[in-house]
Amino acid sequence: MSERAITIPRGFPGFAARPRVGTIAKHAVLILVAGVVAYPFYFMVTSSFKDILEATRTPPTIFPTELHPENYADAWSRAPWGRYFVNTIFVSVSVTILELATACLAAYAFARMRFRGKNILFTVFLATLMIPGEATLIPRYVLMSPSRVACAGLPCLGWFDSYQVQIVPFIASAFSIFLMRQFFLSIPSELSDAARMDGAGHLRFLWSIVLPLSVPALITAGLITFLGSWNAFQWPLIVTSKPDFRPVQVGLSAFRQEAGSSYHLLMAASTFVVAPIVLLFLVAQRYLVQGIARTGIRG
Amino acid sequence: MAAEVIPANVRVSSRRRLPVEAIQAWLFLLPAVLILGVFQIFPAIAAFYMSLFKWDVVQGAFRGLGNYTDWLYDNSIRSPDFWRSLSTTFTYVIFTVPLEIAVALVIAYLLFQKMRGRGIYRTVYYLPYVTSFVAAAAVFFWVFHPQYGLINDLLGVVGIGPQRWLDEPDGIFELAASAFGVTVPSWLAGPSLALVVISLVTIWHYLGYQIVIFLAGLSNISQEYYEAARLDGANERQIFTRITLPLLSPTTFFVFTVASIGVLRSFDSVYVLTNGFGGPLDTTRTVTLLVFKTAFQQAQFGLGAALAFILTLIILLFTLIQFRLLGRRVNFGE
Repeated sequence: MSERAITIPRGFPGFAARPRVGTIAKHAVLILVAGVVAYPFYFMVTSSFKDILEATRTPPTIFPTELHPENYADAWSRAPWGRYFVNTIFVSVSVTILELATACLAAYAFARMRFRGKNILFTVFLATLMIPGEATLIPRYVLMSPSRVACAGLPCLGWFDSYQVQIVPFIASAFSIFLMRQFFLSIPSELSDAARMDGAGHLRFLWSIVLPLSVPALITAGLITFLGSWNAFQWPLIVTSKPDFRPVQVGLSAFRQEAGSSYHLLMAASTFVVAPIVLLFLVAQRYLVQGIARTGIRG
Repeated sequence: MAAEVIPANVRVSSRRRLPVEAIQAWLFLLPAVLILGVFQIFPAIAAFYMSLFKWDVVQGAFRGLGNYTDWLYDNSIRSPDFWRSLSTTFTYVIFTVPLEIAVALVIAYLLFQKMRGRGIYRTVYYLPYVTSFVAAAAVFFWVFHPQYGLINDLLGVVGIGPQRWLDEPDGIFELAASAFGVTVPSWLAGPSLALVVISLVTIWHYLGYQIVIFLAGLSNISQEYYEAARLDGANERQIFTRITLPLLSPTTFFVFTVASIGVLRSFDSVYVLTNGFGGPLDTTRTVTLLVFKTAFQQAQFGLGAALAFILTLIILLFTLIQFRLLGRRVNFGE
């Protein structure tokens, strides 16, 4: 990890120059907490390579005496994981791209255009951030239900067991709009004047000037959206019932019951469900961390 | 000819540009307005509408505030369920948020100082935040397993007998007291050991997130304060308690609010760690789990919507109370 990745903490100048007992004590605290935090991951990965007997031995062996990578193939073959992954990847990527598109358009309008009702609409958008998901869960569920009987008085879409039920409700978020708007506001207005002189309209200016300048903000907003979509659990749990459309998290939850005492297989499955998002985080953590530090969202 | 036309053109176009720009702006906003309107704002209003009816999958008779009074006092089955889940929810908050904030603050303070391996530490602390509760639950089930779990092994080393953890409905203080042969009154029993485990997993999950927020807060404190304090001969502890803590209070306040609301709303953590039942003996059934049970396991949409609405009000109220109580003591100056 490069030193440049650490942009938020600046540190007290001069503290590092005097190594002493205090520094060692600090490292001891940090290592202890890091050990507690990291242990579940270590346990998960090492258990996934053990055989069933060793996986359930107490106390657990620190390292597998014999490596069993075939656990992964075994776990993979016991549930439609391929399907689950395709579903999750398709849903997460669609949500992320579409959400960024709606956010950029809306954010641009809020940041760069003049129209009546701008402040009121922006306030309404921000207010949606305060509505907890639980408050809207039941009507959203009814909205998706298939029969007119079930949602008497309310319109219904009949989207149970589909991709769109997992995608469409999430392709606009006030959070991303807010984040992108803040970024767009920081782009100097001289650029937009120059673009207008050259005859560029708003859409053109947004596409060829604003967006290329906003790549870091786009990555941040995209990562936060992608993370939420990848780990989504409650909503897909209630609106999907078939593996054809279920995402990995719901699949893993079902696999927990199925695997029963085959604990080593459950650990292998957990590892391959967690691995993609952890790898993505390791590559792009700078953007995610900056986004959270700036906006304070809590997923 | 051109010389005559241009000024006129400019005036007309600048006048016309406003409505054209406004139309274009609304077109830009249309997708977001549609989606947020249909899937956020409309359901919020519909939730209140549904809560006024008997609504067992299909809409039934108008009940007015009947669903609300059922939860609050009227129904001999619903209302004990509600008050119990509310107390469970607040216990969950109390046993999660302060500890989470304290640990995150200490870690952030240590990490903020220039030291080796800072980036690696931060990455490690942050990993749980990107991990889903479903995967975390699979692992923690085993770590806290009554028979095979590592935690019981570790406790065995220091001479504490094996615990049932996520299967344990007894309160933590009750268990601790009974180890010394003391019986405590039921109001002192504390949260069930199962709920304590859920709190610990929640802290594990959000710790890195809170650290990041605290680091951002620390970097907003001007270096001049530290330099001045050091010139005056302040030691590190004095610097921490007299400078860092007071100047960090807006961040702490923010973290406190966001973390509390996060726990009030949390569903995944409790659901996956109790396999959806809020057990053992309902000691971990939070309000969100009760909403889920009412609406999706008992198919009582009207009652569920009323309960969700009560929770929403509590969350909003909680925010207001926090602002009032803490607002005065918080140093908002930069």
